[in-house]
Amino acid sequence: MAATVSSGRDAVATPIQRAFREAFYAGAISLGLFVLFIGLRTDQNITNELILVQRWLLLAIVVIAVTVGRFLYVAYAVPAMERSKAEKAATPAVVAEPGFIKQNFNRIGLVILLLYPIAMVLLFGFQGSLKWVDNFGIQILIYVMLAWGLNIVVGLAGLLDLGYVAFYAVGAYAYALLGTHFGLSFWILLPAAGCMAAFWGVMLGFPVLRLRGDYLAIVTLAFGEIIRLVLINWREVTNGSAGISGIPKVSFFGLISFNVSDPNYIAKVLHIAQSGAYYKIFLYYLALGLCLLTAFVTIRLRRLPVGRAWEALREDEIACRSLGINTTTTKLTAFATGAMFGGFAGSFFAARQGFVSPESFVFLESAIILAIVVLGGMGSLGGIAVAALVMIGGTEILRELDFLKAVFGPDFTPELYRMLLFGMAMVIVMLWKPRGFVGSREPTAFLKERRAVSASFTKEGHG
Amino acid sequence: MQYFVQQLINGLTLGSIYGLIAIGYTMVYGIIGMINFAHGDIFMVGAFTALIVFLILGALFYSVPIVVALLIMMIVAMLLTSLYNWTIEKVAYRPLRGSFRLAPLITAIGMSIALSNFVQVTQGPRNKPIPPLVSQVYTFDGISISLKQIIIVIVTITLLAIFWYLVNRTALGRAQRACEQDRKMAALLGIDVDRTISITFIMGAALAAVAGTLFLMYYGVVVFSDGFVPGVKAFTAAVLGGIGSLPGAVLGGLLIGFIESMWSAYFSIDYKDVAAFSILAIVLIFLPSGILGRPEVEKV
Amino acid sequence: MNAQASMSDFILQVEHLSMKFGGLVAIGDLSFQAKRGEITALIGPNGAGKTTVFNCITGFYKPTEGMITLNKRDGSTFLLERLPNHEIPARANVARTFQNIRLFSGMTLLENLLVAQHNKLMKASGYTFLGLFGFPSYRQASAESIELARHWLEKADLVDRADDPAGDLPYGAQRRLEIARAMCTGPELLCLDEPAAGLNPKESAALNELLMGIKGTGTSILLIEHDMSVVMQISDHVVVLEYGRKISDGNPASVRTDPRVIAAYLGVDDEEVQEVLTEVGDEDVIEQLDTGPDAAHGPGNSASMMAGPVSDSVEHANEGERVTVSKGASKAAQVDARANSTKSKPAPKSSTAKPRGGRK
Ligand SMILES: Nc1ncnc2c1ncn2[C@@H]1O[C@H](COP(=O)(O)OP(=O)(O)OP(=O)(O)O)[C@@H](O)[C@H]1O
Ligand SMILES: [Mg+2]
Repeated sequence: MAATVSSGRDAVATPIQRAFREAFYAGAISLGLFVLFIGLRTDQNITNELILVQRWLLLAIVVIAVTVGRFLYVAYAVPAMERSKAEKAATPAVVAEPGFIKQNFNRIGLVILLLYPIAMVLLFGFQGSLKWVDNFGIQILIYVMLAWGLNIVVGLAGLLDLGYVAFYAVGAYAYALLGTHFGLSFWILLPAAGCMAAFWGVMLGFPVLRLRGDYLAIVTLAFGEIIRLVLINWREVTNGSAGISGIPKVSFFGLISFNVSDPNYIAKVLHIAQSGAYYKIFLYYLALGLCLLTAFVTIRLRRLPVGRAWEALREDEIACRSLGINTTTTKLTAFATGAMFGGFAGSFFAARQGFVSPESFVFLESAIILAIVVLGGMGSLGGIAVAALVMIGGTEILRELDFLKAVFGPDFTPELYRMLLFGMAMVIVMLWKPRGFVGSREPTAFLKERRAVSASFTKEGHG
Repeated sequence: MQYFVQQLINGLTLGSIYGLIAIGYTMVYGIIGMINFAHGDIFMVGAFTALIVFLILGALFYSVPIVVALLIMMIVAMLLTSLYNWTIEKVAYRPLRGSFRLAPLITAIGMSIALSNFVQVTQGPRNKPIPPLVSQVYTFDGISISLKQIIIVIVTITLLAIFWYLVNRTALGRAQRACEQDRKMAALLGIDVDRTISITFIMGAALAAVAGTLFLMYYGVVVFSDGFVPGVKAFTAAVLGGIGSLPGAVLGGLLIGFIESMWSAYFSIDYKDVAAFSILAIVLIFLPSGILGRPEVEKV
Repeated sequence: MNAQASMSDFILQVEHLSMKFGGLVAIGDLSFQAKRGEITALIGPNGAGKTTVFNCITGFYKPTEGMITLNKRDGSTFLLERLPNHEIPARANVARTFQNIRLFSGMTLLENLLVAQHNKLMKASGYTFLGLFGFPSYRQASAESIELARHWLEKADLVDRADDPAGDLPYGAQRRLEIARAMCTGPELLCLDEPAAGLNPKESAALNELLMGIKGTGTSILLIEHDMSVVMQISDHVVVLEYGRKISDGNPASVRTDPRVIAAYLGVDDEEVQEVLTEVGDEDVIEQLDTGPDAAHGPGNSASMMAGPVSDSVEHANEGERVTVSKGASKAAQVDARANSTKSKPAPKSSTAKPRGGRK
């Protein structure tokens, strides 16, 4: 997009002309792209044969929408954006004090997170809050935890891991198997699952240490697939695709239980009405606690020699070695630490669902987690949390848009479009902010004053 | 022995399809150094296009000679799929060229998700079976070869020959190799880098479309999620052969095909993918740049 | 070679070192020593193999042949070619800088220097576990490491920019930072690969001062440098390489007048080459002279077989292109040939010229 900031009439005429041309191309291309896929639909008739259903009207609508959209974008949106950019450049850069919200972002976020279930209960009542606490709150917190764990591997150490979901699976199955077979409590199994996942992190780490870049990416992806395929096929142990159900619930350190039949069921102990919401709210705070643990450890680790070595490894592996850093163990600790948090998240997931199956650990999950890390801004915990909120919350909310049925007719299921929109959102956000929401890096030590490091200096690692 | 040869033939067929897809990965990687994650879904779009064209042909004409039908399916699939890949490159990858390395990877994953779900939304989530297009089977000495397999191998070989000629003997190929070595310098020497990259995407997509058509003909069914597994396998093949190397992609594809068919024949079909992935990991431990890839020297 | 110097006077002894890349002989049978507390310069034209020597010493390359001995002050010795890469700085206390600056550009200057103290801090943090819980012993070690970093930042005149990202520094400052970072590992031997490359005269003078300061602390320095003004000013001992072989070795004054060095740097005129060739009568003679190491400085006739620019096109291991090393390539060898065959002739006219830096 060449910035044609010329003067006078020219500047007015050119964008419109260009917009017409671009809109025409966009229309033609979209016609080409969609003519078969939207214009026609393959369907099975009663005898199970494939037939074609024609939808030319829909095709016309889509093509026209694309054309008009492109026209408006080129004719109005682009010049407007350029103008505002030029204005910003023209006004002397006043280093504005970051606003109150920006300064206290973490504290405000934490308070909101702590109050969230209470607010939901007040707003929707116990039964009504279930959905908001569980589908939104817990769901997003699980992804935050996963993304923070992966952040150690990708964001700090710069090792591209496309199979992170494997550790999530290991944690979940460790909890599910040990919990159902031996009846061990969550509080024992959580660290056990973490250790197990860390162990697998090291197991994966060893063979891939020598690999770089995309070779590393494919081997981690393969590793994730191997774990999933083993879970599907090792039926004697994992019960195959059917999964494992009846996973015991978490208790409040054994003091208060959330099983209605137990003598120490929460409603009996506290003499309140029965409700499923207690467990969900408890799980919410548990997830929040685990997230905070992850954040605490990550922040601490960054200020320790290991954490600095991870970041140094991302910046320049050869220089690391010249300074006497054992890059092998450094990479392994990154893999193990990241995997451990994945394992924690996995065991929490198993406890929350009460059921695990290989379905939950497909590559798409790894991709989503990685996307959250990158969209958030590699290495930045706050940015990653925001990305998780936007991407997961955003797609979850599509499940709730029932009013669209009124617009598009009863056949319309917004859920169907969930992943389509998710994929497009990934592309758009990345194009808009290639460095993620938070591009700068917080230094881990300072001599005089703490200043964030601009993203243009940080590297992304080659591993 | 017969059983072995039979598996060899099956592996060759499968490997041809993987090889055709793998070339798309390897070429794009070679020229702009990114994993085009959406390539598997491009393959699926190719197969789907072929399916729709097949249905159109069936609806318009009473009967079409199968060779003609296949040819039309292939050509339309190549054209449309190329258009898809060209658009994706322009929209999702080009603006990010030269920025942060993970950004195009994420847009590629996003595109992959969007493409498969687009097909799901527009064409429905169910399997799409078609009646067998070609059903002749020849038996020699207890080894049966179906005409489908022969077609696949012949088409693959023909395409590879054309492709080899394009890359090694034409100005276009030279431009591609120049861009691979040094994009800036190539631009300074008057090579239209954007155009060369676009053409690379088009070529990759065309081969994937052919693979998609052959896939549809071979298995007789396609579904929106079919891009992922062949895509990952082909990617594995490209890496196994040494990403960036064209012969490597074909070799890798054949190897993965052989491993799969042999493993399913002699061990268990359940673990065939595990076998393929494990062999990838093992090969990379000993040859960290794949079989035919250039070893990456760590110049200090 | 100083006869009365005992073995441990030498911090570094390189013996019969060879490094081949496929068919390319980057170093051929190289032997030299570096004295403790001195600045030893390694010079030679581009592609002479200087960086490769460094890479062998610091474990980035495993030499094809040869022995590299490091004698530490406390009497322990290390055979560097046997140590894994990262243990060379960690245990043998050899630090280095790189010809193409390798800083952690997204980390601040201070962080760069803290990363250099990794092993020390790792121990202090109880391999992370004590540090994770904020034990006071780690806090103290951490404060000390910041003090050491501040010390070197001051020495390198970078303390004002301590909290800026390293990638933001101007070129000269990056070079100094890299040296400061290497010093933070507490090295006994510091290997510097062209520290003055790309510096302006003022920066270059500041660098000399920094290096003399480092020498003053008792750290020995091995220095690769093209800038002869730096070499001549600060080095105590100079080793000259050409095509992977040593062509001269001695104090700066003697090296600068060595005709072989001058020839290597300035080249001999084409006519002179012709002259030499015709005088010697046969190209093979040159080749013979070439393969035999110079008796005056080299380790002896027996050891060298493949060294030098044997006339051959050789495979470049990594790129698969062919690099041709021409027959008359070694200028020093031509001078040798010339000197041997025409003793009566006057010395080459270029001998009065001062060797110049190879490139900027
Ligand atoms: N990893 C490698 N693989 C193949 N050849 C190499 C490798 N490293 C160095 N070489 C070759 O070894 C020879 C010596 O290179 P080296 O970098 O040591 O020269 P140098 O003396 O440092 O030159 P300069 O003054 O230009 O830095 C060169 O011909 C170079 O191409
Ligand atoms: Mg060098």
